[in-house]
Formats: sequence, structure tokens, C-alpha cells
Amino acid sequence: MVEKVPAVEFRDVSKIYPKMKNAAVKHISFKIEKGDFCCLIGTSGSGKTTLMRMINRMNSVTKGEVLVDGKNVKSFNPVNLRRHIGYVIQNNGLMPHMTIRENIILVPKLLKWPKDKLAGEAQKLIKMAELPESYLDRYPTELSGGQQQRIGVVRALAANQNLILMDEPFGALDPITRESLQNLIQNLQVRLGKTIVFVTHDMDEALKLATKVVVLHDGQLIQVGTPDQILHHPANDYVKSLIGEERLSEAKYETVKVKNVMLTNPTKIDLGASLTDALTMMKEHRVDTLLVVDNGDHLKGYISIDDLQRNYPKASSVSDILITKLGTVGPEEYLRDNFSRIMSRNKSYIPVTDSDKKLVGIVTRASLVNVVYEKIWGDKSRLQNTSEKEAK
Amino acid sequence: MSRLSLWQQFIYYYVHNGSYVLEQFNRTFLISIYGVLFAAIIGIPVGIFISRNGHLGDFVVEIANFIQTIPSLALLSIVMIGLGLGVMTVIVTVTLYSLLPIIKNTYTGMSNVNKNVIDSGKGMGMTKLQLLYMVRLPLSMSVIIAGLKNALVIAIGITSIGSFVGAGGLGDIIIRGTNATNGSAIILAGALPTALMAILADVILNFLQKILQPKGLKKAN
Repeated sequence: MVEKVPAVEFRDVSKIYPKMKNAAVKHISFKIEKGDFCCLIGTSGSGKTTLMRMINRMNSVTKGEVLVDGKNVKSFNPVNLRRHIGYVIQNNGLMPHMTIRENIILVPKLLKWPKDKLAGEAQKLIKMAELPESYLDRYPTELSGGQQQRIGVVRALAANQNLILMDEPFGALDPITRESLQNLIQNLQVRLGKTIVFVTHDMDEALKLATKVVVLHDGQLIQVGTPDQILHHPANDYVKSLIGEERLSEAKYETVKVKNVMLTNPTKIDLGASLTDALTMMKEHRVDTLLVVDNGDHLKGYISIDDLQRNYPKASSVSDILITKLGTVGPEEYLRDNFSRIMSRNKSYIPVTDSDKKLVGIVTRASLVNVVYEKIWGDKSRLQNTSEKEAK
Repeated sequence: MSRLSLWQQFIYYYVHNGSYVLEQFNRTFLISIYGVLFAAIIGIPVGIFISRNGHLGDFVVEIANFIQTIPSLALLSIVMIGLGLGVMTVIVTVTLYSLLPIIKNTYTGMSNVNKNVIDSGKGMGMTKLQLLYMVRLPLSMSVIIAGLKNALVIAIGITSIGSFVGAGGLGDIIIRGTNATNGSAIILAGALPTALMAILADVILNFLQKILQPKGLKKAN
């Protein structure tokens, strides 16, 4: 099998600007796989833009290597390289003296596509930007900031570029417009399978969009990981401060695992037991279903009072009315991934089994109440305050 | 003759010397145009070049400024020492004077093109030449035209003085009028077309400037 070539790879990359004492970027190595949505995040001066601009040679590399599709960028003709990498900057960078149509097809035109292909392309792209076709003949100043940036985004896709660089593209937009553009870019990325390198200082944006987050500080690489990894295992205080207190505490609840909330003494019955035993057990524990296990505690299925009642005289053993169709969760799974699954099931519980199919516990809807309770109220003191107020 | 009023004399002069005045008008016009044209051929590339090198830009504009401060008659005489009497002397002088507005405006226009636009053009893969004729020149065209306009108006003035070094033109008529007794009508016959030419040059280039202003920018203002 051919080894997968990353879309972009940094190998011990440094950038030193002349006249500057400190390197803007120091010894950075990481890979961006094809189809990744990679967010470079950091405060201003962290080197994130510098790093991104090395990919299309807008900035030169002082030391180390930057590889695009496995080849050193220095081996490419810079003009040609840039034509095959989409580029979106803040404040859109649309050509003010060209119509939207001319702006959109600028790169294909530079690549000397035939004329008839260009016309169709412009129409295809304006649809992608979710703007009316009549806008093609307008000038950029006649569009709102958000609309301009939509054009800026689709312009970067015009020549079927597989790699797109974005430098804080939504930084100058109001929150509502920004969100709609984030959705646009996320849809496009998923649908078209593009690799995107996205520079931002907004952690919300990074966590929302990225499949890979690269945290930079003072030109150094602090952490690389998925949004989940960054959120749940921030490498240091800098990353924590970028994420923010509120999101961190919220994330803490998101890391609750199934084993943290499950009840470890589910009412279970042996596969060979008689229905009489089962009925007795149900009455004792005041439940309407019983989980059925074999001698090794392996979960086999469940029986319900409904079936028992219907089949009582005919069937005698638990195995006769056993229902094997039963969803389970593992103890190491995150609760948030299964929350809605548990909630939406008709049954009021879900059994927890380990990797050997052994029954280790049960999560009931009631046990989820505690989790929601803590998430909403945070700690108990706040609840006390509230109840005191209510008492007054 | 002396019984006629000033304006009657003026009209009389035109009726009898119409084709001569027209000839001189053309001559003045062509000398000015040639001078500005040469200045544009030198000045616009220089302006483009220095817009990329900040320090050099200040230096070159300073030199052009210095040329501009020399009184025109003095410069004309200095050039005459080298080139002798004749049309060439005037054309060279006009060129020297036109350099400043042309270089300065080209330099300003080029430097004021939005950095974002240039960055995105470069990032999309434009060559330096494409960046120049697709982005930087169109976006600074109106400022450059304004420079040409200033240059042409100055040039027409200098060409009139150029008659002193034997270049001919409307200046000849004016000088003849100043030498004649009661020559007011003749002075007017030379001076009015000169003024008219300068005004027309201004109006026409203003119009041109508006036309060449990129459409997308017009609406922004």
C-alpha cells in the first residue's frame, strides 16, 4: 500500500525576519492530512499567519522544510503554486475594479481556461456562495461585508484547488454573519473534501470548524490535536486561557463517562432460571424488566413482565421468552455521545457491558438526572442560594 | 486701423491671419504634447519603479521637486546653452517640468493601492506583470491621469515662453504684440487661444480621468 501523503507537512520550520531579534516561528513540525480542517490558533504575534503564508510561499522559509503533497514548496514555481492553492484573507481582498464575475473567475482566467468554461463556472460558484446570479455583474462595493466574503470564499474554490488557506477570513464580520459564513465553509469543506488551513484567534471558531487544532504561542508550537483533545486535555495554562474558563468547566461535564454514572447492581437473572423466580424477583425489586445473563455474567438479553404475563403457563424458563435485541454501551464511552440514545429509547435504562459482553452495570434515565442537574446548577451552593431565595 | 476698437482690431487680425493663428496653435499644442509624452514615457515607469522602493521614491521625488523650483525662463536658457535655439530646447524643458507631476502622481497612486488587494492578487498567483496591469495600474489610473493633466497645463505655459528661443507657436504672436506700438489686439490674439488651450486640456483630461476611473470605485465614493 502506498503511504498516505499529507496535504501539508512542516518539518522543523523556522522563520527569522531580518532586523528582528526573535524568530517569528521556531522549530515547528506537524502534518495536515488531506481533508483536514486545520485551525492555526494563537494570539497576535504568535506566528500563525506567518506559518500559513509559508505554504503558498507568500513568506519564505528561513530554516526547515514545508512540503505540499510531499514536495518541498521551494521546488515549485511560486506563481504556479499559488494558483493551485486557494487563498482567502480578512477583508476579502476582492478586486474593487472588477465585477463579482471577474473576481470569481480570476484564477481560472490566470490558468487560461477556455471562455465557455469560465461562464458556467461563475454561475456554479455564485450558487455555491448562496447568492443570486444577478450579483455577478455588480461591483464588490455594492455588496455587504458578509456577501463580499462569501465571494472571497468561493473564489478560492474556483480552480478546483484542493488546499485552501484562510487568514482570519471572518474576523471583521458581525457574529451573525460570521456564523452563517462558518456554516457555509463547513458545508463546502465536508461536501467537497477540501483541505483547509484556517488562521484564527477565536477559539469558538476553531472548536466549531476544525478537525485539527494547532495552538501557537510566541512562534512556538504548543499543542496539536482534535478539538476534543484540546478541550479536555489542554497542554498548559496558555491553552487553557485561550479556551476560557466557562468552556473548560462545561467540557468537564462533557468528559463524564458512562462508568461514572452507571449503577453497578442491576437486577439480573440467570438464563436457566424459571419464570416463577423471575416474577418473584420483579416483585422484590419493583421492576418490570430483568436483564438476563449466563453463568459468566455475560449479557444475553432481557425479559419483560409483558411477555412473562402473556406466556406464563406455556413457557417455564427465562430462556423461552428471552428478547435478545438490546442496545448496550461500554463503560469507557462518553456519556454525551450516548445521552440522546439513552433518552430517546423507549426503555428507561440501558445496560453497560464491557468488551467481553459482561454485564457491569446499568444507566437509568434517573441517573442522567444527576448529570443534567450538575451541569445546569454547577455546584450545590448555587442551588442552596436559589432555594433560600425561594424560601423568602 | 487705429479707428477700430480693440475687439474690432482683434477680429480683423483673426479674419486676415486665421490660418496663421491656427498653425501656431497647432505648433504650441504639439510641442506641449510631445514634451508631456516624453515625460510620461520616462516618468510613469520611474514612478512605478520607485513605488516599490520607499527610500528611493522620496529621493527621486525630491529631485523632480528641485527641477520644478527653477524658474522656467532660467531652465529654458540653461537647456538652450546645450541644445541651441529651436523646438528641441522647448520640448526638453517641457519634459523636465512635466516629470514632477507625473512621477509624483504615479508614485502616490501606486503606493495607495490597497495592500489587501495586492496581497490577495499575489496570493492567487498573479505574476508581477499581471499584478501591475490587472491590479495596480487600473487602480491608480485616475491619479496618474491627474498628474498628466497638471503636466499638460504647465507645459502649455512653458511652450508659450518657448518662443523666446525660437520655437514658434502662439508665443510668437504675443511677443510680436508686445513689440508693436498699440499691439494689445495682437497680444490678445496670441494670449486668448493659449488660455483656451490650457482650459480645454484641463477639461478634456478631467473627462478622461472620470472615464478611466474604475467603475467599482466610482460607486464607493
